[in-house]
Amino acid sequence: MELTSTVFTAKAIYVGVIFAITLGVAAYSTYFERIFAAFFQDRVGPDRAGPFGILQPLADAVKMFMKEDFIPANSSKWLFILGPCLSMFTALMTSAVIPFGDTIDLGNGVKFDLQGIDVNIGILWVFGIVSLGVYGILVGGWASNNKYSLLGAIRAASQNISYELAMGLSIISILMMTGSLSTKAIVEAQQNGHWNILYQPVGFILFIICAFAECNRTPFDLPECETELIGGYHTEYSSMKLGFYLFAEYINMFVSGAVMATLYFGGYDYPFYETVVNSFGENVANFIGFGALIGKALFFVFVFMWVRWTLPRFRYDQLMNLGWTGLIPIAMFNVVWTGLIILLPAEFNLSSLASIGIAIAGIPVLVVGLFIYHSIAGGKKKKTALAR
Amino acid sequence: MKLSNRTKVLEQEELTLAERIYLPAIAGGMLTTLKHFFQKPVTIRYPEQKRYLGPIFRGHHILKRDQNGAERCTACGLCAVACPAEAISMVAEERKKGEETLYREEKYAKVYEINMLRCIFCGLCEEACPKEAIFLRHDKMVPVFNDRNEVIFGKDKLVEKMDDRYLRDGWK
Repeated sequence: MELTSTVFTAKAIYVGVIFAITLGVAAYSTYFERIFAAFFQDRVGPDRAGPFGILQPLADAVKMFMKEDFIPANSSKWLFILGPCLSMFTALMTSAVIPFGDTIDLGNGVKFDLQGIDVNIGILWVFGIVSLGVYGILVGGWASNNKYSLLGAIRAASQNISYELAMGLSIISILMMTGSLSTKAIVEAQQNGHWNILYQPVGFILFIICAFAECNRTPFDLPECETELIGGYHTEYSSMKLGFYLFAEYINMFVSGAVMATLYFGGYDYPFYETVVNSFGENVANFIGFGALIGKALFFVFVFMWVRWTLPRFRYDQLMNLGWTGLIPIAMFNVVWTGLIILLPAEFNLSSLASIGIAIAGIPVLVVGLFIYHSIAGGKKKKTALAR
Repeated sequence: MKLSNRTKVLEQEELTLAERIYLPAIAGGMLTTLKHFFQKPVTIRYPEQKRYLGPIFRGHHILKRDQNGAERCTACGLCAVACPAEAISMVAEERKKGEETLYREEKYAKVYEINMLRCIFCGLCEEACPKEAIFLRHDKMVPVFNDRNEVIFGKDKLVEKMDDRYLRDGWK
Protein backbone atom coordinates (compact mmCIF):
# COMPACT_ATOMS: atom_id res chain seq x y z
CA MET A 1 0.00 0.00 0.00
CA GLU A 2 2.80 2.30 1.00
CA LEU A 3 4.69 1.44 -2.16
CA THR A 4 1.81 2.10 -4.53
CA SER A 5 1.05 5.44 -2.96
CA THR A 6 4.69 6.53 -3.30
CA VAL A 7 4.72 5.53 -6.96
CA PHE A 8 1.36 7.21 -7.45
CA THR A 9 2.55 10.47 -5.89
CA ALA A 10 5.77 10.37 -7.89
CA LYS A 11 3.80 9.70 -11.06
CA ALA A 12 1.46 12.59 -10.35
CA ILE A 13 4.40 14.90 -9.76
CA TYR A 14 6.05 13.60 -12.90
CA VAL A 15 2.94 14.21 -15.01
CA GLY A 16 2.65 17.70 -13.57
CA VAL A 17 6.30 18.42 -14.34
CA ILE A 18 6.05 17.16 -17.92
CA PHE A 19 2.86 19.16 -18.38
CA ALA A 20 4.55 22.28 -17.04
CA ILE A 21 7.67 21.73 -19.14
CA THR A 22 5.62 21.20 -22.28
CA LEU A 23 3.53 24.30 -21.71
CA GLY A 24 6.53 26.36 -20.66
CA VAL A 25 8.52 25.29 -23.67
CA ALA A 26 5.55 26.03 -25.92
CA ALA A 27 5.10 29.48 -24.39
CA TYR A 28 8.74 30.33 -24.73
CA SER A 29 8.88 28.84 -28.22
CA THR A 30 6.65 31.71 -29.33
CA TYR A 31 9.20 34.14 -27.89
CA PHE A 32 12.21 32.32 -29.27
CA GLU A 33 10.51 31.92 -32.63
CA ARG A 34 10.36 35.69 -32.90
CA ILE A 35 13.84 36.19 -31.50
CA PHE A 36 15.33 33.63 -33.87
CA ALA A 37 13.39 35.03 -36.79
CA ALA A 38 14.91 38.38 -35.97
CA PHE A 39 18.41 36.93 -35.66
CA PHE A 40 18.09 35.13 -38.96
CA GLN A 41 17.13 38.44 -40.54
CA ASP A 42 19.79 40.55 -38.78
CA ARG A 43 17.23 42.17 -36.51
CA VAL A 44 16.82 42.38 -32.74
CA GLY A 45 13.35 40.97 -32.14
CA PRO A 46 11.07 41.62 -29.17
CA ASP A 47 13.18 43.22 -26.42
CA ARG A 48 10.77 45.58 -24.69
CA ALA A 49 8.94 43.42 -22.15
CA GLY A 50 11.42 42.79 -19.38
CA PRO A 51 15.15 42.20 -19.83
CA PHE A 52 15.74 40.90 -23.38
CA GLY A 53 11.96 40.76 -23.71
CA ILE A 54 11.65 37.55 -21.71
CA LEU A 55 8.23 38.60 -20.43
CA GLN A 56 6.91 38.75 -23.99
CA PRO A 57 4.97 35.44 -23.74
CA LEU A 58 3.17 36.85 -20.70
CA ALA A 59 2.29 40.00 -22.57
CA ASP A 60 1.09 37.91 -25.50
CA ALA A 61 -1.03 35.78 -23.21
CA VAL A 62 -2.59 38.87 -21.65
CA LYS A 63 -3.29 40.22 -25.11
CA MET A 64 -4.87 36.93 -26.17
CA PHE A 65 -7.14 36.86 -23.14
CA MET A 66 -8.14 40.50 -23.42
CA LYS A 67 -9.24 40.30 -27.05
CA GLU A 68 -12.86 39.84 -27.96
CA ASP A 69 -13.75 36.18 -28.06
CA PHE A 70 -15.77 36.20 -31.24
CA ILE A 71 -17.96 33.37 -32.48
CA PRO A 72 -19.40 33.89 -35.99
CA ALA A 73 -23.20 34.02 -36.12
CA ASN A 74 -23.64 31.20 -38.62
CA SER A 75 -21.03 28.90 -37.21
CA SER A 76 -21.69 25.66 -35.47
CA LYS A 77 -21.09 27.02 -32.02
CA TRP A 78 -20.13 23.95 -30.05
CA LEU A 79 -17.91 22.52 -32.75
CA PHE A 80 -16.32 25.93 -33.07
CA ILE A 81 -15.35 25.76 -29.41
CA LEU A 82 -14.44 22.08 -29.65
CA GLY A 83 -11.91 22.61 -32.46
CA PRO A 84 -9.12 24.36 -30.54
CA CYS A 85 -9.81 22.20 -27.47
CA LEU A 86 -9.25 19.06 -29.54
CA SER A 87 -6.06 20.49 -30.99
CA MET A 88 -4.70 21.32 -27.56
CA PHE A 89 -5.85 18.04 -26.05
CA THR A 90 -4.23 15.84 -28.67
CA ALA A 91 -1.04 17.91 -28.63
CA LEU A 92 -0.68 17.36 -24.89
CA MET A 93 -1.60 13.66 -24.98
CA THR A 94 1.28 12.62 -27.22
CA SER A 95 4.00 13.09 -24.65
CA ALA A 96 2.53 10.39 -22.37
CA VAL A 97 4.52 7.54 -23.88
CA ILE A 98 7.79 9.35 -24.48
CA PRO A 99 10.45 8.06 -22.09
CA PHE A 100 11.96 11.27 -20.78
CA GLY A 101 14.52 9.45 -18.70
CA ASP A 102 15.67 6.15 -17.28
CA THR A 103 14.65 4.63 -13.96
CA ILE A 104 15.02 6.71 -10.83
CA ASP A 105 15.57 5.00 -7.47
CA LEU A 106 13.24 6.61 -4.91
CA GLY A 107 14.69 4.66 -2.00
CA ASN A 108 13.13 1.68 -0.15
CA GLY A 109 13.57 -0.34 -3.30
CA VAL A 110 11.00 1.73 -5.20
CA LYS A 111 11.96 2.17 -8.84
CA PHE A 112 10.32 4.86 -10.86
CA ASP A 113 10.33 5.27 -14.62
CA LEU A 114 10.63 8.77 -15.97
CA GLN A 115 7.90 8.00 -18.45
CA GLY A 116 4.18 8.67 -18.35
CA ILE A 117 3.21 5.13 -19.19
CA ASP A 118 5.19 2.36 -20.85
CA VAL A 119 2.68 0.70 -23.13
CA ASN A 120 3.83 -1.95 -25.54
CA ILE A 121 2.27 -0.05 -28.47
CA GLY A 122 4.06 3.19 -27.54
CA ILE A 123 4.86 4.55 -30.96
CA LEU A 124 1.46 3.53 -32.29
CA TRP A 125 -0.08 5.61 -29.53
CA VAL A 126 1.86 8.63 -30.73
CA PHE A 127 0.65 7.97 -34.25
CA GLY A 128 -2.93 7.53 -33.20
CA ILE A 129 -2.98 10.75 -31.23
CA VAL A 130 -1.19 12.73 -33.93
CA SER A 131 -3.74 11.49 -36.45
CA LEU A 132 -6.50 12.62 -34.10
CA GLY A 133 -4.83 16.03 -33.98
CA VAL A 134 -6.01 16.80 -37.47
CA TYR A 135 -9.61 16.60 -36.19
CA GLY A 136 -9.01 19.73 -34.16
CA ILE A 137 -8.15 21.61 -37.34
CA LEU A 138 -10.83 19.91 -39.39
CA VAL A 139 -13.62 20.51 -36.86
CA GLY A 140 -12.56 24.10 -36.30
CA GLY A 141 -12.28 24.82 -40.01
CA TRP A 142 -15.61 23.25 -40.79
CA ALA A 143 -17.44 24.86 -37.88
CA SER A 144 -16.28 28.33 -38.89
CA ASN A 145 -18.70 28.31 -41.85
CA ASN A 146 -16.15 30.08 -43.99
CA LYS A 147 -14.87 28.79 -47.28
CA TYR A 148 -11.28 29.75 -46.52
CA SER A 149 -11.35 27.98 -43.20
CA LEU A 150 -12.85 24.93 -44.83
CA LEU A 151 -10.22 24.91 -47.57
CA GLY A 152 -7.49 25.21 -44.97
CA ALA A 153 -9.00 22.37 -42.98
CA ILE A 154 -9.28 20.17 -46.07
CA ARG A 155 -5.69 20.89 -46.93
CA ALA A 156 -4.59 20.03 -43.41
CA ALA A 157 -6.48 16.74 -43.53
CA SER A 158 -5.18 15.60 -46.90
CA GLN A 159 -1.66 16.75 -46.11
CA ASN A 160 -1.56 14.87 -42.83
CA ILE A 161 -2.95 11.70 -44.39
CA SER A 162 -0.39 11.84 -47.20
CA TYR A 163 2.58 12.38 -44.97
CA GLU A 164 1.50 9.92 -42.33
CA LEU A 165 2.11 7.14 -44.85
CA ALA A 166 5.73 8.06 -45.47
CA MET A 167 6.20 8.68 -41.76
CA GLY A 168 4.78 5.30 -40.89
CA LEU A 169 7.01 3.59 -43.44
CA SER A 170 10.09 5.30 -42.08
CA ILE A 171 9.14 4.16 -38.59
CA ILE A 172 8.67 0.59 -39.80
CA SER A 173 12.42 0.52 -40.43
CA ILE A 174 12.99 1.51 -36.81
CA LEU A 175 10.59 -1.17 -35.67
CA MET A 176 12.42 -3.74 -37.79
CA MET A 177 15.68 -2.86 -36.08
CA THR A 178 14.25 -2.90 -32.55
CA GLY A 179 11.56 -5.52 -32.88
CA SER A 180 9.27 -3.65 -30.52
CA LEU A 181 6.70 -0.86 -30.66
CA SER A 182 7.47 0.24 -27.13
CA THR A 183 9.27 3.57 -27.03
CA LYS A 184 11.19 2.42 -23.98
CA ALA A 185 12.48 -0.63 -25.83
CA ILE A 186 13.44 1.52 -28.81
CA VAL A 187 15.45 3.84 -26.59
CA GLU A 188 17.06 0.97 -24.69
CA ALA A 189 18.19 -0.59 -27.96
CA GLN A 190 20.05 2.63 -28.74
CA GLN A 191 22.02 2.94 -25.50
CA ASN A 192 25.80 3.44 -25.49
CA GLY A 193 25.94 5.45 -28.68
CA HIS A 194 24.15 3.03 -31.01
CA TRP A 195 21.83 5.77 -32.08
CA ASN A 196 19.40 4.95 -34.83
CA ILE A 197 20.48 7.97 -36.86
CA LEU A 198 23.66 6.04 -37.70
CA TYR A 199 21.70 3.06 -39.00
CA GLN A 200 18.80 5.02 -40.45
CA PRO A 201 20.07 8.26 -42.03
CA VAL A 202 17.55 8.09 -44.87
CA GLY A 203 14.78 7.16 -42.47
CA PHE A 204 15.57 10.15 -40.30
CA ILE A 205 15.48 12.59 -43.21
CA LEU A 206 12.13 11.14 -44.26
CA PHE A 207 10.86 11.35 -40.71
CA ILE A 208 11.88 14.95 -40.15
CA ILE A 209 10.34 16.04 -43.47
CA CYS A 210 7.12 14.29 -42.53
CA ALA A 211 7.28 15.84 -39.05
CA PHE A 212 7.34 19.26 -40.65
CA ALA A 213 4.27 18.37 -42.63
CA GLU A 214 2.49 16.88 -39.62
CA CYS A 215 3.13 19.94 -37.50
CA ASN A 216 1.94 22.20 -40.34
CA ARG A 217 5.21 24.08 -40.24
CA THR A 218 6.92 25.85 -43.09
CA PRO A 219 7.67 24.74 -45.81
CA PHE A 220 4.46 22.73 -45.44
CA ASP A 221 2.23 25.25 -43.65
CA LEU A 222 -0.35 25.26 -46.41
CA PRO A 223 -3.36 24.92 -44.07
CA GLU A 224 -2.70 28.45 -42.86
CA CYS A 225 -1.36 29.80 -46.13
CA GLU A 226 -2.02 33.53 -45.69
CA THR A 227 -1.62 34.56 -49.29
CA GLU A 228 -4.19 32.11 -50.53
CA LEU A 229 -6.48 31.37 -47.61
CA ILE A 230 -6.32 34.48 -45.39
CA GLY A 231 -5.64 32.65 -42.14
CA GLY A 232 -6.52 29.13 -43.24
CA TYR A 233 -8.44 27.09 -40.70
CA HIS A 234 -8.14 29.74 -38.00
CA THR A 235 -9.43 32.63 -40.09
CA GLU A 236 -12.52 33.07 -37.90
CA TYR A 237 -10.77 32.47 -34.62
CA SER A 238 -9.74 35.15 -32.20
CA SER A 239 -8.70 35.56 -28.59
CA MET A 240 -7.57 32.50 -26.67
CA LYS A 241 -9.17 30.07 -29.12
CA LEU A 242 -6.69 31.25 -31.71
CA GLY A 243 -4.08 31.14 -28.98
CA PHE A 244 -4.90 27.48 -28.38
CA TYR A 245 -4.34 26.65 -32.04
CA LEU A 246 -1.01 28.43 -32.13
CA PHE A 247 -0.04 26.96 -28.78
CA ALA A 248 -0.92 23.46 -29.96
CA GLU A 249 1.40 23.96 -32.92
CA TYR A 250 4.31 24.78 -30.63
CA ILE A 251 3.52 21.88 -28.32
CA ASN A 252 3.45 19.61 -31.35
CA MET A 253 6.84 20.93 -32.37
CA PHE A 254 8.32 20.17 -28.97
CA VAL A 255 6.73 16.74 -28.77
CA SER A 256 7.79 15.80 -32.29
CA GLY A 257 11.29 16.94 -31.37
CA ALA A 258 11.12 14.62 -28.37
CA VAL A 259 9.82 11.79 -30.57
CA MET A 260 12.65 12.33 -33.04
CA ALA A 261 15.18 12.28 -30.22
CA THR A 262 13.59 9.10 -28.90
CA LEU A 263 13.48 7.30 -32.22
CA TYR A 264 16.71 8.43 -33.83
CA PHE A 265 18.97 10.13 -31.29
CA GLY A 266 19.07 7.62 -28.48
CA GLY A 267 16.42 9.25 -26.28
CA TYR A 268 17.97 9.98 -22.91
CA ASP A 269 21.30 8.44 -23.89
CA TYR A 270 24.32 10.69 -23.82
CA PRO A 271 28.10 10.21 -24.05
CA PHE A 272 30.13 9.39 -20.90
CA TYR A 273 27.05 8.02 -19.13
CA GLU A 274 29.16 5.37 -17.39
CA THR A 275 31.60 7.94 -16.01
CA VAL A 276 28.77 9.99 -14.53
CA VAL A 277 27.23 6.87 -12.96
CA ASN A 278 30.55 5.92 -11.37
CA SER A 279 31.25 9.34 -9.91
CA PHE A 280 27.79 10.70 -9.04
CA GLY A 281 25.50 7.67 -8.86
CA GLU A 282 22.72 6.45 -11.08
CA ASN A 283 20.02 8.94 -10.09
CA VAL A 284 22.11 11.95 -11.05
CA ALA A 285 23.14 10.28 -14.29
CA ASN A 286 19.53 9.58 -15.15
CA PHE A 287 18.44 13.12 -14.34
CA ILE A 288 21.15 14.36 -16.69
CA GLY A 289 19.68 11.94 -19.23
CA PHE A 290 16.32 13.63 -18.70
CA GLY A 291 18.02 16.93 -19.43
CA ALA A 292 19.72 15.41 -22.48
CA LEU A 293 16.39 14.40 -23.97
CA ILE A 294 14.89 17.84 -23.32
CA GLY A 295 18.00 19.36 -24.88
CA LYS A 296 17.71 17.19 -27.98
CA ALA A 297 14.02 18.05 -28.28
CA LEU A 298 14.81 21.75 -27.95
CA PHE A 299 17.46 21.42 -30.60
CA PHE A 300 14.83 20.05 -32.95
CA VAL A 301 12.54 22.94 -32.05
CA PHE A 302 15.40 25.19 -33.12
CA VAL A 303 15.73 23.24 -36.39
CA PHE A 304 11.99 23.72 -36.96
CA MET A 305 12.45 27.47 -36.57
CA TRP A 306 15.64 27.50 -38.59
CA VAL A 307 13.89 25.82 -41.51
CA ARG A 308 10.90 28.10 -41.17
CA TRP A 309 13.02 31.22 -41.63
CA THR A 310 14.99 29.70 -44.49
CA LEU A 311 12.57 28.00 -46.83
CA PRO A 312 9.60 29.40 -48.70
CA ARG A 313 6.33 27.54 -48.76
CA PHE A 314 5.69 24.70 -51.17
CA ARG A 315 2.89 24.91 -53.68
CA TYR A 316 0.09 22.51 -52.89
CA ASP A 317 0.63 20.24 -55.89
CA GLN A 318 4.35 20.18 -55.13
CA LEU A 319 3.54 19.12 -51.60
CA MET A 320 1.34 16.26 -52.77
CA ASN A 321 3.83 15.30 -55.47
CA LEU A 322 6.68 15.21 -52.97
CA GLY A 323 4.68 13.17 -50.51
CA TRP A 324 3.25 10.54 -52.82
CA THR A 325 5.84 10.19 -55.58
CA GLY A 326 8.93 11.19 -53.64
CA LEU A 327 8.85 10.24 -50.00
CA ILE A 328 6.76 7.07 -50.09
CA PRO A 329 8.93 5.25 -52.70
CA ILE A 330 12.07 6.32 -50.86
CA ALA A 331 10.57 5.10 -47.61
CA MET A 332 9.81 1.77 -49.26
CA PHE A 333 13.40 1.57 -50.47
CA ASN A 334 14.52 2.33 -46.94
CA VAL A 335 12.46 -0.54 -45.55
CA VAL A 336 14.09 -2.95 -48.03
CA TRP A 337 17.54 -1.59 -47.28
CA THR A 338 16.93 -1.91 -43.57
CA GLY A 339 16.35 -5.58 -44.22
CA LEU A 340 19.87 -5.70 -45.67
CA ILE A 341 21.26 -3.78 -42.69
CA ILE A 342 19.79 -6.38 -40.35
CA LEU A 343 20.34 -9.46 -42.48
CA LEU A 344 23.91 -9.05 -43.78
CA PRO A 345 25.67 -8.57 -40.40
CA ALA A 346 23.62 -11.43 -38.97
CA GLU A 347 24.57 -13.77 -41.81
CA PHE A 348 28.25 -12.96 -41.92
CA ASN A 349 28.84 -12.10 -38.24
CA LEU A 350 29.85 -8.53 -38.98
CA SER A 351 30.26 -5.84 -36.33
CA SER A 352 27.85 -2.97 -35.78
CA LEU A 353 30.31 -0.74 -37.61
CA ALA A 354 29.65 -2.78 -40.74
CA SER A 355 25.90 -2.18 -40.39
CA ILE A 356 26.59 1.54 -40.20
CA GLY A 357 28.65 1.18 -43.37
CA ILE A 358 25.83 -0.64 -45.10
CA ALA A 359 23.38 2.01 -43.91
CA ILE A 360 25.50 4.82 -45.30
CA ALA A 361 26.07 2.87 -48.53
CA GLY A 362 22.31 3.01 -48.94
CA ILE A 363 22.46 6.75 -49.68
CA PRO A 364 24.61 6.48 -52.87
CA VAL A 365 22.58 3.46 -53.96
CA LEU A 366 19.43 5.53 -53.54
CA VAL A 367 20.89 8.48 -55.42
CA VAL A 368 22.11 6.27 -58.28
CA GLY A 369 18.74 4.57 -58.43
CA LEU A 370 17.01 7.96 -58.56
CA PHE A 371 19.44 9.08 -61.26
CA ILE A 372 18.69 6.06 -63.44
CA TYR A 373 14.96 6.51 -62.91
CA HIS A 374 15.26 10.21 -63.61
CA SER A 375 17.21 9.74 -66.85
CA ILE A 376 14.73 7.14 -68.13
CA ALA A 377 11.57 8.97 -67.11
CA GLY A 378 12.82 12.52 -67.55
CA GLY A 379 14.82 11.94 -70.75
CA LYS A 380 11.75 11.97 -72.95
CA LYS A 381 10.77 15.50 -72.01
CA LYS A 382 11.99 18.22 -74.37
CA LYS A 383 14.09 20.96 -72.89
CA THR A 384 12.12 24.17 -73.06
CA ALA A 385 13.55 27.57 -73.82
CA LEU A 386 11.76 30.62 -72.57
CA ALA A 387 12.47 34.08 -73.87
CA ARG A 388 12.06 36.72 -71.26
CA MET B 1 14.30 48.52 -80.44
CA LYS B 2 16.17 47.43 -77.40
CA LEU B 3 16.61 49.97 -74.66
CA SER B 4 19.77 48.37 -73.45
CA ASN B 5 21.87 45.45 -74.56
CA ARG B 6 21.48 43.74 -71.26
CA THR B 7 18.46 41.63 -72.23
CA LYS B 8 19.14 37.95 -71.89
CA VAL B 9 17.33 35.02 -73.38
CA LEU B 10 16.87 32.60 -70.53
CA GLU B 11 17.27 28.92 -71.14
CA GLN B 12 14.95 27.23 -68.73
CA GLU B 13 16.09 23.66 -68.58
CA GLU B 14 14.69 20.70 -66.77
CA LEU B 15 15.99 20.50 -63.23
CA THR B 16 18.91 18.18 -62.79
CA LEU B 17 18.65 15.40 -60.28
CA ALA B 18 20.72 17.24 -57.69
CA GLU B 19 18.28 20.13 -57.96
CA ARG B 20 15.28 17.84 -57.84
CA ILE B 21 16.43 16.20 -54.63
CA TYR B 22 16.23 19.69 -53.05
CA LEU B 23 18.31 18.72 -50.04
CA PRO B 24 21.67 20.15 -51.22
CA ALA B 25 20.03 23.47 -51.99
CA ILE B 26 18.16 23.42 -48.69
CA ALA B 27 21.37 22.71 -46.80
CA GLY B 28 23.05 25.61 -48.61
CA GLY B 29 20.17 27.92 -47.77
CA MET B 30 20.21 26.88 -44.15
CA LEU B 31 23.92 27.57 -43.95
CA THR B 32 23.29 31.05 -45.31
CA THR B 33 20.64 31.77 -42.69
CA LEU B 34 22.83 30.31 -39.97
CA LYS B 35 25.58 32.70 -41.00
CA HIS B 36 23.15 35.57 -40.53
CA PHE B 37 22.08 34.13 -37.20
CA PHE B 38 25.49 34.96 -35.76
CA GLN B 39 25.84 38.36 -37.39
CA LYS B 40 25.35 41.53 -35.46
CA PRO B 41 21.87 42.99 -35.94
CA VAL B 42 21.77 46.16 -38.01
CA THR B 43 18.96 47.58 -35.90
CA ILE B 44 19.27 51.01 -34.32
CA ARG B 45 16.89 51.18 -31.36
CA TYR B 46 15.62 54.59 -32.30
CA PRO B 47 14.38 56.57 -29.34
CA GLU B 48 17.32 55.46 -27.18
CA GLN B 49 19.91 55.22 -29.92
CA LYS B 50 20.22 57.87 -32.58
CA ARG B 51 22.28 57.64 -35.64
CA TYR B 52 24.39 60.54 -36.95
CA LEU B 53 22.52 62.10 -39.82
CA GLY B 54 25.43 64.01 -41.37
CA PRO B 55 26.59 67.64 -41.15
CA ILE B 56 23.98 68.91 -43.59
CA PHE B 57 20.88 67.40 -42.02
CA ARG B 58 18.11 70.00 -41.87
CA GLY B 59 16.58 69.96 -38.42
CA HIS B 60 15.57 72.61 -35.89
CA HIS B 61 15.91 76.25 -37.01
CA ILE B 62 18.27 78.54 -35.22
CA LEU B 63 18.78 82.32 -35.39
CA LYS B 64 22.50 82.83 -34.97
CA ARG B 65 24.22 85.51 -32.94
CA ASP B 66 27.60 86.90 -33.89
CA GLN B 67 30.77 86.49 -31.84
CA ASN B 68 29.76 89.38 -29.56
CA GLY B 69 26.37 87.96 -28.89
CA ALA B 70 24.40 90.33 -31.11
CA GLU B 71 21.60 88.91 -33.24
CA ARG B 72 22.58 88.74 -36.87
CA CYS B 73 19.08 88.91 -38.29
CA THR B 74 18.17 92.23 -39.85
CA ALA B 75 14.57 91.36 -40.68
CA CYS B 76 15.03 91.82 -44.41
CA GLY B 77 12.32 89.24 -45.09
CA LEU B 78 14.23 87.33 -47.76
CA CYS B 79 13.75 84.09 -45.88
CA ALA B 80 10.02 84.67 -45.70
CA VAL B 81 9.96 85.34 -49.44
CA ALA B 82 12.05 82.28 -50.19
CA CYS B 83 9.95 80.03 -48.00
CA PRO B 84 7.81 77.84 -50.29
CA ALA B 85 5.52 76.88 -47.44
CA GLU B 86 5.04 80.44 -46.20
CA ALA B 87 5.94 79.36 -42.73
CA ILE B 88 8.02 82.38 -41.74
CA SER B 89 6.66 85.72 -40.62
CA MET B 90 8.35 88.60 -38.88
CA VAL B 91 7.91 92.16 -37.58
CA ALA B 92 10.82 94.54 -38.10
CA GLU B 93 11.92 97.23 -35.68
CA GLU B 94 14.55 99.94 -35.78
CA ARG B 95 17.49 99.59 -33.42
CA LYS B 96 17.57 102.20 -30.69
CA LYS B 97 20.57 103.78 -29.11
CA GLY B 98 22.25 101.55 -26.59
CA GLU B 99 21.04 98.38 -28.24
CA GLU B 100 24.19 97.90 -30.33
CA THR B 101 25.26 94.95 -28.24
CA LEU B 102 21.90 93.26 -28.78
CA TYR B 103 21.46 93.64 -32.52
CA ARG B 104 24.19 93.74 -35.11
CA GLU B 105 22.40 95.72 -37.83
CA GLU B 106 20.38 98.91 -37.55
CA LYS B 107 17.17 97.03 -38.07
CA TYR B 108 16.18 93.84 -36.35
CA ALA B 109 13.30 91.39 -36.05
CA LYS B 110 11.11 92.23 -33.09
CA VAL B 111 9.01 89.17 -33.78
CA TYR B 112 10.26 86.20 -35.75
CA GLU B 113 7.92 83.26 -36.02
CA ILE B 114 8.10 79.94 -37.83
CA ASN B 115 5.02 77.79 -38.08
CA MET B 116 6.46 74.32 -37.65
CA LEU B 117 3.38 72.66 -39.07
CA ARG B 118 3.93 74.53 -42.32
CA CYS B 119 7.70 74.23 -42.49
CA ILE B 120 8.91 71.53 -44.84
CA PHE B 121 12.56 71.78 -43.77
CA CYS B 122 13.74 72.50 -47.30
CA GLY B 123 16.47 74.86 -46.15
CA LEU B 124 15.67 77.62 -48.67
CA CYS B 125 15.57 80.20 -45.85
CA GLU B 126 19.13 79.28 -44.99
CA GLU B 127 20.16 79.73 -48.62
CA ALA B 128 18.31 83.04 -48.97
CA CYS B 129 19.72 84.67 -45.84
CA PRO B 130 22.30 87.36 -46.72
CA LYS B 131 23.39 87.83 -43.11
CA GLU B 132 24.03 84.15 -42.27
CA ALA B 133 21.48 84.48 -39.53
CA ILE B 134 19.16 81.52 -39.98
CA PHE B 135 20.33 77.93 -40.10
CA LEU B 136 18.73 74.55 -39.85
CA ARG B 137 20.78 72.73 -37.32
CA HIS B 138 22.02 69.22 -38.08
CA ASP B 139 22.07 67.89 -34.55
CA LYS B 140 18.58 68.58 -33.26
CA MET B 141 15.11 67.93 -34.53
CA VAL B 142 11.95 69.90 -33.87
CA PRO B 143 10.28 68.28 -30.88
CA VAL B 144 6.91 66.59 -31.12
CA PHE B 145 3.94 68.92 -30.54
CA ASN B 146 1.23 68.01 -28.13
CA ASP B 147 -0.91 71.06 -28.66
CA ARG B 148 -1.73 73.47 -31.46
CA ASN B 149 -0.52 76.38 -29.32
CA GLU B 150 2.99 74.95 -29.39
CA VAL B 151 3.19 74.90 -33.15
CA ILE B 152 4.41 78.43 -33.78
CA PHE B 153 8.00 78.90 -32.63
CA GLY B 154 8.93 82.43 -31.63
CA LYS B 155 12.25 84.03 -30.97
CA ASP B 156 12.44 82.45 -27.51
CA LYS B 157 12.84 79.07 -29.13
CA LEU B 158 14.76 80.11 -32.22
CA VAL B 159 17.49 82.54 -31.13
CA GLU B 160 20.81 80.95 -30.25
CA LYS B 161 21.72 80.72 -26.58
CA MET B 162 25.17 82.13 -25.86
CA ASP B 163 25.99 79.37 -23.38
CA ASP B 164 24.99 76.70 -25.89
CA ARG B 165 26.26 77.90 -29.21
CA TYR B 166 25.54 75.95 -32.35
CA LEU B 167 28.53 74.83 -34.36
CA ARG B 168 28.01 72.81 -37.50
CA ASP B 169 30.50 70.06 -38.31
CA GLY B 170 33.03 71.49 -40.75
CA TRP B 171 32.76 75.05 -39.45
CA LYS B 172 35.85 76.52 -37.93
